[in-house]
Amino acid sequence: MMRKYGLIAILLGAVVILSLVSDTFLTVTNLMNVLRQVSINGILAVGMTFIILTAGIDLSIGSLMAVAAVIATSIVAHDPGAVGWALLAGVAASGLLGGVSGTMSAKLNVAPFVATLAMMTIARGIALIYTNGRPIVVSSDPFKFLGQGYIGPIPVPVLIFIAVTAVMGIVLYKTKFGRYVYAIGGNENASKISGIRVDRVKIWVYVINGFLAGLAGILLSSRISSGQPNSGMGYELDAIAAVVIGGTSLFGGRGSLLGTIVGVLIIGVINNGLNLLDVSSYWQQIIKGLIIAGAVILDQRAKRN
Amino acid sequence: MSDIVLQMRGITKSYFGVKALDGVSLEVRKGEVHALMGENGAGKSTLMKILSGLVKPDAGEIEFEGSQVQIADPQAALNLGIAMIHQELNPIPEMTVAENIFLGREPRYPGTPFIRRKQLEEQTRRLLEEFQFRAGPNTKVGTLSVAQKQMLEIIKAISYNAKLIIMDEPTSALSENEVKTLFQTIDRLKKQGVPVVYISHRMEEIFSITDRITVLRDGKLIGVRNTGDTEVDGLISMMVGRPLDAIYPKEDALIGETVLEVRGLTRLPYFKDISFSVKQGEILGIAGLMGAGRSEVMRALFGIDRADGGEVLMSGEKIRIKHPSDAIRHGIAFVTEDRKELGLVLSRSIRENMTLASLSRISAGPFVSRSAEAAACDDMLAGIRIKMNRMEQEVLTLSGGNQQKVVIAKWLLTSPKLLILDEPTRGIDVGAKAEIYRMISKLAREGLAIVMVSSELPEVLGMSDRILVMGEGEIRGEFLRGEITQEQILECALGGGRIA
Repeated sequence: MMRKYGLIAILLGAVVILSLVSDTFLTVTNLMNVLRQVSINGILAVGMTFIILTAGIDLSIGSLMAVAAVIATSIVAHDPGAVGWALLAGVAASGLLGGVSGTMSAKLNVAPFVATLAMMTIARGIALIYTNGRPIVVSSDPFKFLGQGYIGPIPVPVLIFIAVTAVMGIVLYKTKFGRYVYAIGGNENASKISGIRVDRVKIWVYVINGFLAGLAGILLSSRISSGQPNSGMGYELDAIAAVVIGGTSLFGGRGSLLGTIVGVLIIGVINNGLNLLDVSSYWQQIIKGLIIAGAVILDQRAKRN
Repeated sequence: MSDIVLQMRGITKSYFGVKALDGVSLEVRKGEVHALMGENGAGKSTLMKILSGLVKPDAGEIEFEGSQVQIADPQAALNLGIAMIHQELNPIPEMTVAENIFLGREPRYPGTPFIRRKQLEEQTRRLLEEFQFRAGPNTKVGTLSVAQKQMLEIIKAISYNAKLIIMDEPTSALSENEVKTLFQTIDRLKKQGVPVVYISHRMEEIFSITDRITVLRDGKLIGVRNTGDTEVDGLISMMVGRPLDAIYPKEDALIGETVLEVRGLTRLPYFKDISFSVKQGEILGIAGLMGAGRSEVMRALFGIDRADGGEVLMSGEKIRIKHPSDAIRHGIAFVTEDRKELGLVLSRSIRENMTLASLSRISAGPFVSRSAEAAACDDMLAGIRIKMNRMEQEVLTLSGGNQQKVVIAKWLLTSPKLLILDEPTRGIDVGAKAEIYRMISKLAREGLAIVMVSSELPEVLGMSDRILVMGEGEIRGEFLRGEITQEQILECALGGGRIA
């Protein structure tokens, strides 16, 4: 509990400092900007939270994003109105590939790190083969609306991020499935003996994570108006960072969705602030790394007490 | 006077205002095995932590080999010659016996970082011979048995010139044979005049190897006795502070219909052709040595491991169990042997652990009903007293006895017809043990069929209506309550001298 409040304090502290040193930070436009920027990483981090709670990891989400993006954009390139189908096909493909990773790790005993590392290159290969390595240009306005549109003052990706968080929060905290996710991460053997179908739960966690990666990939392609087979590279790292900053244990069984959301916001606010302050992007990398390390060190300290 | 090695006087230690130790004394003489007894939380481990330099006392003095000492840290304890053999051993599996013993102080060529392997091996060999240790200096430690690793720790301690050795629950992971080897080692230490402070919950061990017993309760010294002048009952009442009229409150229950029948269950190489049955209200004890295949039978029966062949019938109907969820659906519950590894999700709350195996009963579709969950837990807690602050507390923070009660509660919430208990009181203090026995007895009276696997013979004899003895994966005999003694069970388990 102390930890959660500590994180929120860090976030608020960053907001206060940035609003003091920058005139533009605390404006509606900029804050909406921040939210829009974090929504893609946010969606990814929500899925990654489930994965890490089961003591797993998924390195393939960047590639899954690209697969979903190129499939979805190829559909709207043919038929600009078929946004629903595009979403469905893209997300189904990335969900399926997530399921393959999950099956490898749950049924064939491949460590999730290795299974998803393999999937990372396989899925990237699929995206490249599917497009012949060339980006697919999008001209469909309804598709662009997903990543670029607004409803009232709020960007559409932000609304999608909020919806994803709400739904996944209900899944994690209100359902048997959510309980099982925590239990499996905490003690897989005890979970199995308690009658939980551990393999199925794990595979579903990877499928869900694949869905969310696909959704994020499609939003990204909509935002940049093209399906890039090379998109999403390195996105897994920001998602993992947000989860870890949010206090979820890499050993599984401990952590929260709220922590992850705060972790996502911390990364987003600091990125934005450093941009506003004209800090070079090279330095930004170092600062982000220090924040991740610092969060984990704080976490270790909190655990010892 | 000179034969007193260690004298601790007036040791006091408080944590957050709670006195864990209150003016405790301990005297250990040369060449004696000194038992330190008490329930969990009595202060045994705090006292030993002080002695091995892990914890600093608030008050009190320690005299070691005639001179006043301050033990500031574990290194200081080692320098004095006080070595602790921990419950969980941690030698490095990829290194050899010799490398482990001399870790950090390997003989080197003078002035270089290079190790003199010949000398290392030679020194190790001499030590090993002294203790008749069967493995060679170059054996990888990972290939040793638990007992051998333990012995290795003891040898390591001796190689540090230990003058006092502390053993905390040393037999908790050992088989009967390995215990014998350990006791021989302790005998050898005695002969060399090295005293051993021995912590164990097992009465038989205390009475077979210790010379004197110090009893602690609630952080206070209750008394010191010569083992020879003490009886089990007297010792237990010292530990719990009240006379225990009966440790085993076995009551006669109405024996009803057959609940479980097992026919020819086989899983090679662990066990073969196991057949038995249990009735309502009956407690079937399963005795045997470690490695006899008892837990393996239960695991296969419960669907954790796949059996090669055989049939399982519940209430006369053949059932197929391929996963624990099938067993639970058919009314079987399994309180496993190892609470921490197999029984509990330590990082989750008491509430979540209690309902883990019965979530479907308190859910509407995929959604868990918190009110139904709370009601189910409250119901259960009316019958099982778990010492806790709140339901949301991590089970990690509970004592062993209370953790075990959470596991039992979890399984009772599945409304089983058959309850399998594997070593139900291992590592639990005497007070909690008696409570768990009362619970088992009550459940049988309520008509539950109970299978109790146990290595503690008094427990098997005291609680069971019927006893099966297993050895080397087979059933060696079946006896009724009162028909058999501990010696006969052992004889039966060993089965014509075929000892693995």
